[in-house]
Order: sequence, then C-alpha cells, then structure tokens
Amino acid sequence: MTETLVPAVPAVAIDDPRVRRAIELVWREADLLDRKEYDAWQALYADDAVYVIPIERDAESFDDILNMVYDDQRMRAMRVTRMTEGHAIAAVDAAVTVRTVSRFVVTGVEDTVAGTVVSLRAAQVLVAYKRGSHDLWAGDVDHRIRLGADRADDRIVRKVVRLVDADAATPAAGFLL
Amino acid sequence: MTTELTPQNVYDVAPADLVQDDRVAGRVYTDPAIFELEMVRIFESTWIWVAHDSELPKPGSFKSTFVGRHPVIVSRDRKGVVHTLVNRCRHRGASVCEQRTGEANGFTCPYHAWSYGLDGKLRGIPYPDGYEGVMSKEGMGLKKLRTESYGGMIFATLADDIEPLEDFLGDVRLWIDRFMKQGGGYPIKVLGTHQFRFKGNWKIQLENTTDGYHFPIVHRSWMASVDAETADMMSFMTDPAAVTHDLGNGHSVGQMVPEHSDLDDDDGTEPLQARFAPLVERLRGHGLDDAAIRRLVRSMHGTGFNLNLFPNVSLSSAFFRTLRPISVDETVIEHVAIGPDGPAEIVAEVNRERLRVHEHFQGPFGFGTPDDAEGWDRVQRGAAGAPELPIMVNRGLAREKPSPEGWATSHITDETGMRAAYAHWKQMMSDD
Repeated sequence: MTETLVPAVPAVAIDDPRVRRAIELVWREADLLDRKEYDAWQALYADDAVYVIPIERDAESFDDILNMVYDDQRMRAMRVTRMTEGHAIAAVDAAVTVRTVSRFVVTGVEDTVAGTVVSLRAAQVLVAYKRGSHDLWAGDVDHRIRLGADRADDRIVRKVVRLVDADAATPAAGFLL
Repeated sequence: MTTELTPQNVYDVAPADLVQDDRVAGRVYTDPAIFELEMVRIFESTWIWVAHDSELPKPGSFKSTFVGRHPVIVSRDRKGVVHTLVNRCRHRGASVCEQRTGEANGFTCPYHAWSYGLDGKLRGIPYPDGYEGVMSKEGMGLKKLRTESYGGMIFATLADDIEPLEDFLGDVRLWIDRFMKQGGGYPIKVLGTHQFRFKGNWKIQLENTTDGYHFPIVHRSWMASVDAETADMMSFMTDPAAVTHDLGNGHSVGQMVPEHSDLDDDDGTEPLQARFAPLVERLRGHGLDDAAIRRLVRSMHGTGFNLNLFPNVSLSSAFFRTLRPISVDETVIEHVAIGPDGPAEIVAEVNRERLRVHEHFQGPFGFGTPDDAEGWDRVQRGAAGAPELPIMVNRGLAREKPSPEGWATSHITDETGMRAAYAHWKQMMSDD
C-alpha cells in the first residue's frame, strides 16, 4: 500500500487577519523603498530591529560573518542620512526601482509579551533601471513583524533579504532592498 | 618621440604610445583591441594574485578564481603544496569545479568523469580500453600554472620565463611584512569577501587605490557617518607626512595614516578609540594584558597605507582588494575582509568588530563602495567622448622627489601611484 502524499498546509491561513496586517506592512515598506521615502521607511522598524542582506544565503546568525548589510537602529539611522543628505553620489544618482513582493508563506505566528509576531517568507523581484540598463535583483525575503495595538503601531523586528546571487558579484547599489 | 594625438590619428597610434609621463589617452579605457592585448601582454605575462594562505587552511582545501580570463583552481595537496590549475578538463574542455571554495580529494569532470588529483594529475578515465594504443594518462593532467607566494600572498602566472615572484615584488615585500602586522601578534586570516561589478575599465579601479585626492569628495558620506576620531585619522589632505611612493614594477604605496605604517612603532601616547572601550574591557576579561590589547585594538582599522600591486591586488588598510577584468568596460572587484587568526575566545570578539568596520565602508551596500563605483562608471561614460583627450595623471609632478630609499615620492593626494602603474603598463604593452 502506498501512502498518499498530502501537501503540508500552514497552521495559519494566509487570510488570517494577523497575517493580512503583516503582509500589508510588507507592501507598504516595498512602496516606500521604491519611492525612496527613507525617513518613513525607517519609522516602520522597531528600535530593536535588524535589517540584513547576508552574503551567506542561508545564514541565521550574522555577528561572525561578513554581510552586505547588517543594520541595527544606529546603522539604519546613519544609512537613511546617507541616502537622503545629498553627499553620496551613488544615492543622488540612484537607479529607479520597481519591486514586487509575493509568494508569501506564513512561517510562524507567536504571541509574545510585546505582542503577536508574524513571520513571513516571500519572494522579492526588483528591477533597477539606470542609464539605459536594467538590473535584476531577486531573492527570498524573511520578515518578522510585531503587531501593535493598532495597525499604525505594527513594526518590523527583523528583515533578511536572501539574494539568489548573494555570494556572487552584484552591482553596487544606490538604493535599498 | 611623442606623437600629438588628434581625433584622426588616435586609433592609429600604438597602445604603448598612448601613455606619456603625465597623461594617458582616454582610448586606453575604451578600445576593445587594447583590452584583448592587455589580457595577453599583462594578465598572461606577469604574477597574478590568486589566494591568501588562510583560504587553503588544510590539505584538500581549494578555491576557484581567475588568472586574467582563465578560470583556475588553487588547491593544497596532501603534502601541503599549493597548485594553480586551469579549471578545464583535458578531454573536452568542461570545467571540473564550480564551487567557490571547499575541500575535496580531487576534481572529477561531470561530463565523462575524468578525475584529477589535487595536484592536477589525471588519475582515472572511465572505460579506459578505448584509449589503449591511443593515449596514456601521462601528460594529460590539468594545465598547471607556476605558483609562488610571499607573506601568505599566493600568486600564479602563465608565463614560465619571468622573474621569481620575490624579484617582481622587490621593495613591496617590506610593505607586505608591515601590512601583516595588523594581526596584532597573530597571523592574518580571510574573514569574508564582498564582490561587486562596475561598468568601467579595470585600470580605473587600479588608479583609485592610491588616489588620496578623491577621498574627502567621493567619501564625504562615509566621513560624515564615522566617529570624530576615525574622520580625523582619515584627514590626510593637508598632512605633509602623508605621501605616496612609487615602489617599481608598477607598484605603489600611499600612506594615509603614516603613524600606522609600521604598527610595531608605538610610543604609547596615541589613545585607543573610545568606540572600542567595551571591546577592551571584554579582552581584559579574557586575561589579555594591556600591551596585547593595545596591539589588537590599535590595528582595528588595519595599517595606515594602501599598497597597490600591479596589476590585480591591493593590500588596502584592513582588507585585500582584487580586480578582475571582464571586458573593456566591465570589472569585478572583491573586497576581502581579514583579521587575526588566534584563539577563538580572543579573536572572535576582535573579528566581529572588524567585520562591522568592513561592512560600514565596503561592499555593494557599504557607505563607501557604491560612491566609488558611481565615480568609476562616470569615468567610463565620459571617456567615450574625445578619446584623443588625455586622462591627466600629472598632479604633484613638480613636487615629486626621491625618498631616502630611492622611491619617487610625492604627497598622498598626488598621482605618483598612477604614474608608476602606467609606466609599467607602457613597458608591458610595448612592441619592443
């Protein structure tokens, strides 16, 4: 007798209200980044949040490895200053970007003392256009989102962008993923 | 004899004649025919850096990389000998290794399973009866490049008849010795590698490593984001002691922070940077004495110089930079983070800080690299206009003088390093 292989169904459905709130925040973030509204983008992050673009695609801890981005609140604030103050020639002449984030998978919903934390894994495909050429930036994106009392209080506590070419040569970027 | 370049004759002049003492024609960045010639006359004719010793930590360790446009594997065999092998099966040409780094007993071609040892020798051929009376395995190993090293830096060359590596390096050896002192009493190891590409000719990056002139302009954004002590350390623009030397054979060294050129020279008066105070406390907790802590922490930003080797590697402050020409207008750069290789309880803390310092400036999302890359892209785009017009490398020519060691020397903001590189380029590209 052969066992029938049943595809695993996530414990929490994609239309769960908590998940929908988290996805909405991810999309809001994507829009702010494409519009280069970096001050508003930064405000989506919790004080204890980390924003990471690792070189090792599967890494889960980042302290002892080299990363492309490994920002705590202090580094994030300096990065936003860099992107907005007008002295960084790469940011001043940055590519125009359009990104889609989809193929959401709910990887966890936990109730913590600080609030419910929704974990998502998604696909992100970004096209960056600059001076006649289109660069493709594709990867998985992990988000951990802490829901607040109100939707306006929802915050990103961890974002990890795992590029398909994380350990290869990418262009140098004047924008953020 | 110097030919005056005009729009009519610029493409008729021999490549070597495009370089003069104080200028080079923009055509050297844009002409695909010159690029083809460079791959043969430079990248296949001199010593090319391929690896650091620590990237091959044990027998069986390997790394795949490039010598010019040739894919190669650098491997350490069972006896500890390092080999550089062209990554191409001797049967029908398939690459035998597509992993960047790893450990292996040898390399087997995926196509017909010819297998090679770590030293490149052909060990096995499936169904060998078809070769009876046709070919023996002898002499059918992976093509091997001459490989030599100095101070942990491993170089390979396709040219069997050139001088030994140590002669090629000459006075550079002293500076490699100094560079490696940033281990603070321990050897150096590679911690990780950033890679990025830019749309420009490889020589634009070669010029940049000892170009102090661009620093406060292109890196204003980085300077604004670091603590005052670091910003002050990198404020060399008006420091007369900050100089660049021409070390011969196209090599140069720019001393941005001359008081850190030899990290053994320490009179104890320089305070350690306040940002590292928590690290100092933790190291003290691990039982390190003040002198040992001082050596490690004072080296946190690396050495005070950028040592630029012709043609493909530099030892820059606290990292290695490699360049790989892809085409006349595309180059891949690596920024290799390094740190001390010692007991984990001591070096893990130090290297964590060093990784964060490296990430702050380097890599495709660093606070420094993207601005450099933007500047280099712009050079390539601009240089397409009026290729007979010179790229000026004359800054500081009137104040360039020999140092006591006999090295042509001028201020760090001058273009002594570029003149050194182009003089060597001219020699290698000459038809004579």
